[in-house]
Amino acid sequence: MRIKNIHLGNLWISVTSVILGLLVGAIIMLLSGFNPIENYISLFTGAVGSPNAIGEVLREATPLILTGLGFAVANSAGFFNIGLAGQALAGWLASVSFALAFPHAPGFLLLPGAILAGAIAGALWSGIAGFLRAYFGASEVITTIMLNYVALYATNAIVKGMLAKGDGDYSPTIPVQARLRTPFLEHLTQNSTFHWGILISLAAVIVVWWLMKKTTLGFEIRAVGMNEDASRYAGMSTKRTIISAMLISGCLAGLGGAMEGLGNFQNIIVNTALPSIGFDGMSVSLLATGSPVGIVLAAILFGLLKIGGLNISIASTTPPEIVDIVIAAVIFFVGANYIIRYLGIKLHRPSKPQPPVAANTAPQAAVDTRAEQAAEEGEDNQ
Amino acid sequence: MSQSDIAIEVRGLTKRFGDFVANDHISMQIRSGEVHGLLGENGAGKTTMMNMLSGILQPTSGEILVHGQPVHLASAKDATRLGIGMVHQHFMLVENFTVLENIMLGVEETKGLGVLNRRAARDKVMALSKQYGLAVDPDAKVGDISVGMQQRAEILKVLYRNADILIFDEPTAVLTPQEIKELLAIFQRLAQEGKAVILISHKLNELQAVAKVTTIIRRGKVIDTVDTKATSTEKLAELMVGRHVTFQRDRVPMPAGPEILKISHLQVVDNQKVTRVHDFDLTIHGGEIVGLAGIDGNGQSELVRAITGLMPTAGGQVTIAGQDRTGATPRQITRSGVGHIPEDRQRYGLILPMSLVDNMSLQVYTVAPYSHHGVLNQKAMVTTTEQLLDQYDVRHSSIMEPAGALSGGNQQKLIIARELSREPQLLIAVNPTRGLDVGAIEFIHSQLLAARAAGHAILLISYELDEIRQLSDRVAVIHQGTIVGQAKTSDLSESEIGLLMAGETVPGKEEMLHAD
Ligand SMILES: Nc1ncnc2c1ncn2[C@@H]1O[C@H](COP(=O)(O)OP(=O)(O)OP(=O)(O)O)[C@@H](O)[C@H]1O
Ligand SMILES: [Mg+2]
Repeated sequence: MRIKNIHLGNLWISVTSVILGLLVGAIIMLLSGFNPIENYISLFTGAVGSPNAIGEVLREATPLILTGLGFAVANSAGFFNIGLAGQALAGWLASVSFALAFPHAPGFLLLPGAILAGAIAGALWSGIAGFLRAYFGASEVITTIMLNYVALYATNAIVKGMLAKGDGDYSPTIPVQARLRTPFLEHLTQNSTFHWGILISLAAVIVVWWLMKKTTLGFEIRAVGMNEDASRYAGMSTKRTIISAMLISGCLAGLGGAMEGLGNFQNIIVNTALPSIGFDGMSVSLLATGSPVGIVLAAILFGLLKIGGLNISIASTTPPEIVDIVIAAVIFFVGANYIIRYLGIKLHRPSKPQPPVAANTAPQAAVDTRAEQAAEEGEDNQ
Repeated sequence: MSQSDIAIEVRGLTKRFGDFVANDHISMQIRSGEVHGLLGENGAGKTTMMNMLSGILQPTSGEILVHGQPVHLASAKDATRLGIGMVHQHFMLVENFTVLENIMLGVEETKGLGVLNRRAARDKVMALSKQYGLAVDPDAKVGDISVGMQQRAEILKVLYRNADILIFDEPTAVLTPQEIKELLAIFQRLAQEGKAVILISHKLNELQAVAKVTTIIRRGKVIDTVDTKATSTEKLAELMVGRHVTFQRDRVPMPAGPEILKISHLQVVDNQKVTRVHDFDLTIHGGEIVGLAGIDGNGQSELVRAITGLMPTAGGQVTIAGQDRTGATPRQITRSGVGHIPEDRQRYGLILPMSLVDNMSLQVYTVAPYSHHGVLNQKAMVTTTEQLLDQYDVRHSSIMEPAGALSGGNQQKLIIARELSREPQLLIAVNPTRGLDVGAIEFIHSQLLAARAAGHAILLISYELDEIRQLSDRVAVIHQGTIVGQAKTSDLSESEIGLLMAGETVPGKEEMLHAD
């Protein structure tokens, strides 16, 4: 029953990381003279205390699920997609532009069209990095970071120069029939910004799980991520697989951006920074250790912390940044845990390249070697 | 040092992996000043036990005593401190570190302020290297050196740590006969100096050459400890697998079938622009096993990679069953009925973190019934995997366990099962029985002969001359990337093959060797 232990192992890492993160937050609050218990209570009530709060939490989680999935898919192929933010922005821009371009189209065409436009834009944007890596061996870390900046400034230029009215810094609001927010949901959640995008996110979870576990493409993505030589031996085209993984990853990130454009904001503005859903999606995926269900839970946790965190500074004088510290600490502990494990593997079996341990869709991948399983066994036995 | 000095003793040592008992109440004593052989089938639990002695695994129960003192080995560091060193079955070197850096790793001596004292380390390594005749280039990157030198680096690493209990887990599996000879001499030398040497090997003649006593384990239990020299090879084999093992192979005459593989004027250049294979001609017919003998590093790996599409060819032609397959992709080649048992099982043959099911399906996952329109059929994959694991006696605890959890020999058996089960008309087998126990070798050899009897063609590349001579209809010898002679197996003696391998000529046979 080792496989089970491994799942528990990953869950254990995530849970302890969250607890440690909250503890660090508490210590910092204590040191700065704030009451952690009071603050955590107000965080909690701020996050789940009303239908409105719950709606906001779920709305916050919606794009994070998508970017988190996007990171996980690329990571399974051994790919570190830092460009989620840029891909999301491309998706956001494309979906809003599409919706604005056909103001009189019926909703059943316009909404799916806009969503699709976002997905395609995100995929194209990540596809560039995938192509450069597959054919020229260019490190995706560097290309995606650069593409992030290109996306940011190009989007700003387009918004300002083409979409905005007059001298404005923002596009018009998209037509009603292209919006994911509806009066029904607003009514249900006391005027929160909750929108139908959550269904798209949940559908994506199921599709990604199915794709990675049940299809030959998913098999190839996992194989290439773990051992490129053996994948070539088995007749897989590593180039094609890498590009496919990157396209899927960017497509999901683009969808995440579309959720912001069609749901949360319903327009696009000139941004000074990249949308946070990119890097937060990475964190969500790491916290979830790449498991699709874990990503849903981690995204909701992020939503809880972010939305609940707003309440801290309303209810007390504690600055809202404290929540960012808690989130950062959680991620730090997730990372630290993996580094410890990773070093463990390295020390025991250093002569083989290891698959990236951070967030594999196949959870057992993170704990693959005999030595490490042995270490787990050792713990079990004590 | 007296003969009776017990360096290390285990009492009732047990190791479980979940429900699976890998070591079952093992008790044994290992004395200083002698080589102690450890013999057992693939998956018997040898590596598991040694990993406990070197602190990598913790026993479920039982005791370990070092020089009479009960010890608790929580980590490899503890073992090192007590003078226990292990050279692992699969090497544990950092590829992009130099040999010297690898040897120093973990026990770095510093000049204070964390500055490495390389000079002192290098002097010590060079002294040890000289003392034991372990030639290494301390500044070469491990990724660039031969397996033989990696092996020597591993041994130096252990000696550098002043170990007096040395464990060698199948150290000769990857070495050439000459290197093996040298290594065995080193073992004897270490024993003479009063060190305790534990040697795991599937090669009975090696154990008989150096091991004073040999302990045999089967399915995790000690069967017996015997005086190695007083025990015949047959008896050792029988104790180990629990049945009679034959070393004789019956190769019935076969009529020559159609031409299956034809390589002409093949040329392969590696990415450093070095020509590895040139003017290479070889033809294999159905129903024929051709053994390619040669010293490691004479172009065998590149030849195989070029034929199987893993490396580009620079010239010449490869024809498989009448079809030109020069420069085809690995998948096209596989589809044209080629099976490949690769040289490096962990690099090419398996994806260690993936399950046994996934690994068994690696070559067939794209075709029915294993997938339809890109959707995997898990059920078909599982059924075939179960059946093949059973048929090839791959010892495992669950089909969903990662391939990395299998013992070395069982990893190899999985690959062989996968490749042979596709009934390839051409099988390219590189060291197919590396790391297998004698019982498994007997079985695999019979499978290879059965494939031959079914009219398939086999290219057998092996560093074991015995294996080549036993199985092959024809022997070809490769030297510096080209064939320097080939003949019917019965027409060449072992020493004549040896001469050819060294690039020399065989007096009186020049004519015959180039007849093909
Ligand atoms: N981490 C693990 N999890 C589960 N089973 C394991 C693990 N490590 C080893 N085993 C099992 O324990 C058994 C003994 O393995 P071990 O590696 O000790 O065999 P071995 O005697 O060294 O064999 P070989 O000659 O093939 O190297 C095998 O059946 C193997 O599958
Ligand atoms: Mg072993």
